[in-house]
Amino acid sequence: MSGTEARLARVRGRALPRSHNARTIAALAANPGCARRAIMDAAGVDKQRIAAYTGYPAPFGQSRFALARGTAFEAQVKASGAAGLLTLLREHLDLPIPEAHYDDLNDVGGNTDLTVRYAATRQKLATAVTSAADAGTMFDHPLLRLEVGGRHAFLEPDLIAFQLRGRFHVVEIKSFAVIDGQADGDKVAQAAIQSAVYVLALRQALAGHGVAPETVADETILVCPKDFSSQPAATSVDVRKQLTVLRRQLSRIARIDDLLGQLPPGLTLDLDPDGAGVPQRKPAGLAAAIRAIDARYAPECLNTCEMCFLCRDEARGTTARLGRAAREELGGVEDVPAVLRLARGEHRPEEEGDLAEAAALLRSAAALRAEILGEAV
Amino acid sequence: MSTLISLARAVAVERELAQPIRTVRHVHLADRPLVFIPLAMAGEANAPLAAMLGDDPASARLLTVAEPRDRDQRFAFAAELAGIVLGYIENSHAPQLIVPNPAGVTFTRLLGRSTRFRRTSGEWAVPAGVPLLGRWLTFFSERYEHPASSLMVAMTGALTEHWATGQSPVEDLSLGAVLGWVDPPSGMSGAQAAAAAEDPVVCPPAGPATDPTFDNEVLEPRMLAIRTAGLTGDGRAYDRARQAFDEALATQLTPVWAMMWRAVDLLRRVPEAGHVRQRWTDDLDAVAWHAGHIGEGGPPQARRDGAVAAARRLANMERIQEMVAVQRAFDDPLVMAEYRMTGAAFAGEVVHAEPDRVDGSGRRRVLRPRVTLVTSDDVSEQISASELTSPARPSQKARVVSLTAAGDQCRVTVELKGGMGRSLTPVPGSVPAVGERVCYAMVSDSYQNPPALPAPEDTPWTHGGPPPQYTPADDEAREDWS
Repeated sequence: MSGTEARLARVRGRALPRSHNARTIAALAANPGCARRAIMDAAGVDKQRIAAYTGYPAPFGQSRFALARGTAFEAQVKASGAAGLLTLLREHLDLPIPEAHYDDLNDVGGNTDLTVRYAATRQKLATAVTSAADAGTMFDHPLLRLEVGGRHAFLEPDLIAFQLRGRFHVVEIKSFAVIDGQADGDKVAQAAIQSAVYVLALRQALAGHGVAPETVADETILVCPKDFSSQPAATSVDVRKQLTVLRRQLSRIARIDDLLGQLPPGLTLDLDPDGAGVPQRKPAGLAAAIRAIDARYAPECLNTCEMCFLCRDEARGTTARLGRAAREELGGVEDVPAVLRLARGEHRPEEEGDLAEAAALLRSAAALRAEILGEAV
Repeated sequence: MSTLISLARAVAVERELAQPIRTVRHVHLADRPLVFIPLAMAGEANAPLAAMLGDDPASARLLTVAEPRDRDQRFAFAAELAGIVLGYIENSHAPQLIVPNPAGVTFTRLLGRSTRFRRTSGEWAVPAGVPLLGRWLTFFSERYEHPASSLMVAMTGALTEHWATGQSPVEDLSLGAVLGWVDPPSGMSGAQAAAAAEDPVVCPPAGPATDPTFDNEVLEPRMLAIRTAGLTGDGRAYDRARQAFDEALATQLTPVWAMMWRAVDLLRRVPEAGHVRQRWTDDLDAVAWHAGHIGEGGPPQARRDGAVAAARRLANMERIQEMVAVQRAFDDPLVMAEYRMTGAAFAGEVVHAEPDRVDGSGRRRVLRPRVTLVTSDDVSEQISASELTSPARPSQKARVVSLTAAGDQCRVTVELKGGMGRSLTPVPGSVPAVGERVCYAMVSDSYQNPPALPAPEDTPWTHGGPPPQYTPADDEAREDWS
C-alpha cells in the first residue's frame, strides 16, 4: 500500500470504503475547490453516515417508489439480452445493426477483484475495436477507471457501451420521462455530465491499448421513458461541452497528496466502533475532525453533497451562503458583517481598487434603501 | 438579482428577518383565488398522488389516488379535479390559480398535457370534464410564462419578489423556509423559523415531490394495505386502509394549505401597484378569449408551437417583459432605485421652478417650463442626452438643459414639454413645485407596437413553410398514461 493509500485508509478508519461513481465525480467537478469533498470521496468515506452521525443528516433521501421505477425501467430495457435496446438503437438512431452480442462484464469468472475486472474490461473493449465483424456488441457493466486528484477512482456504471464497426457509444438508461421531446433540464444536465464522465473513462481505458480517443463518440445515447408511458425512447446527447468542462474541472482538483499534506497528522473520521460495531466516538470530536479539512460551501451543494448541512452551518455569516450571484453583487466581500460595515460607511477603504469600488456601490444601495424605506440600512 | 437586492439579503441575515424589496405589490390577488397543492408520486412521469385545493381557507378539498400507477385511478382523479376546477372557473368571474412553487406549475402544465387530448367517447373514452380540465390547466400554465400575467402564481416566487430572505435562491424554492423568513411565529426569528421548516416532520415539503422518508415509512405500507385488502376482498379492511392512506396524505398537505393562505394574507397587506389593475384586465380578457375559443369548438393547444407562432410568442414576451419592467419601476420607488443605481434615472428635490416659462424662439410661442433639482444620484452623460419621463407625470417629457456639480451632489435643470394643458399657462400641479421630490428616468411606460411578423400562412420555407392546420390526432387521444 502506497503512502497515499495508507493515509486515505487512515482518514476513512475502519468503515468499509465507498467507491466513486459518475454522480460523485460530477458533484466534485462542480465544486473542484472543495478539499473536504475531494478527500472524503478519495478516502471512500460514507459521507451520508458521517453527516448524520454529527447531527447534520443530508437533506435528500431516495423514495423507494423512485428506486422501484428506476430498477423496473432498466430491467425492461435490458431484458433478453437488451433486445429492446437494440431495436431502439436501430430505429431511432438509424444505425444499421443486423445483430449484436450482449456481453455482461459484471463478473470475470467469479473474480470480483477490481484490478482484475478492470484489466478484463480493457482487454475486451480493445479486442472489439480491432475486430472487423459487422455485428455490434453491447458491453454491460464495464468496470472503468478515472484519474481524480492524481489517484485512480474505479467506476462501476450501470451502463452499456455499445460498439459498432470500431466505434463506441455510451448508452445511459434513466427513468425520468421525456415528454414531447423535452425533459426536466436539471435531470438532463446531470445525465449529460455523468455520460461525459463515462466517455472520458472509456477513452482512458482504451488509450492504454493504443486506441484513439475519437473511437468513443462524444455523442451519447440517453434512453428514457417516452411521454407518460413506460415505453423507452432514445435520444442523442452531444456531450462535447460537458467533456470540456469536466476536463478543466478535473485538472483543477488539487492532488490528493497535497491536500493530505495539509491535514493535521493522525486525522481520522473513524467512528470508533466497539466490539459490537456500535460507534463510540463523540459526534463533536468527529465534527471537529471534519472541520479541519477545508470546505468550499455553495448553495448548490444542497442538491449534491451529503455534507451540505454541516458545511452550510459552518458558512454562517458568509456571503457564499447567499449564493454565487449575491456574493458577486456584494463586491466579492466574504463576510456579511463586513458588507454591512462597507454599506454603512463605517469602513471606507483608503486605497483605490476593487474594494473601494464595491464600497461605493454598497453605500449608494444603502442610501437608496434608506431614502425610500425611511429607515437606515 | 442586483446589488440592492443582495444588500437586502445581507441585512436580512443580520436582522434574522426578511427585508422588503418592493414598496407595493406587483402581482394581482383575486378575491377568491383557487389554491392548488398537487403531490406527485416519486419516480413516475407526473403521476398524481394527491391534491388539496379550494378557494376558501375554511374548506379544503382533499383528493387522493391509492394507486397512482393505475390508469383508471389517474383518470378518476382527473375527473374529480375537473369537477372542482371547472366549477370554480365557471362561477368565478376572475379565476386565479395559486400553487406553492415553480415545480407546482410544471406539474400543472404536464397534467394539462396528459389530459387535454383525451376524448370522452369511443374506445379510449375518459370521464367527461377531463379534456376540458387539461385545456384550462394548459391555459393557466401558459399564462404563467407571460410576464404581465397574474392568472397563475407560484407562491414562493410571489413572496421572494417582494421580500429578500437571508438565504440563497436555492433555499428560496422552499415555501416553508421563505414564509419562515418573512413571517416567523412569535418568539422565533426568521432565521430560526426557516431552519425549523427544513425538518420535513415539522414542515412537510410543499410538493409536488413528497418527503422520501414519508414515502418509505408511511405511504408505502399504507398503499400495500389497500392493495392487500383489495385482493382479499375484505371491504371493511379496505375502507380502513383507504382512510389511513387519506389521513397520511392530509398530514402532508394540511400544513401547506395553512401556509398558502397565510402567504395570501401577507401579500394582501401590501398595497397593489398602480399598473396591476390594467394587467389584470388583460388577464381576464385572455380568460374570456379562451372560454370563447372552447365554446366555438376550437381545438386544444398543440403539443408544440409552429415557427411563426413561436417567434410571435417570443417577440411578444420580450416586448411585454420590457413594458412590465418599466411599469414596475414607475409604480415602485424601490424598483426605480435599480435604474438610479445604473444611471438610467435620477431623483432629487426641486429647488427652483419657472412654471410659466415660454419659448418664443420658434414660429410659435410654446410653453417650456424649467425646473432645477438637486440630486445625490449619478447623472450620466447618456441620461443628459435622452428624453426623460417622470413616474409622477408620465405624459410629460423632460430634457436636461444644464448640469453642475455641487460637492457630492448635482444641480440639474430640465425643460418640460407636454402634459400641461393647451394654453400658455400650465394646469395647476402639472409642473413640479419647489420642495417636491421628483424622479426622471430614461425609460417610459408608453405603449410599443408589437413586432411585424408574417402571418402563419406566409411562413418562409427557411422555417418549414406554412404549418399544417392543427388537428388533434387519434393517437393523442389514446396515448398511454401509465
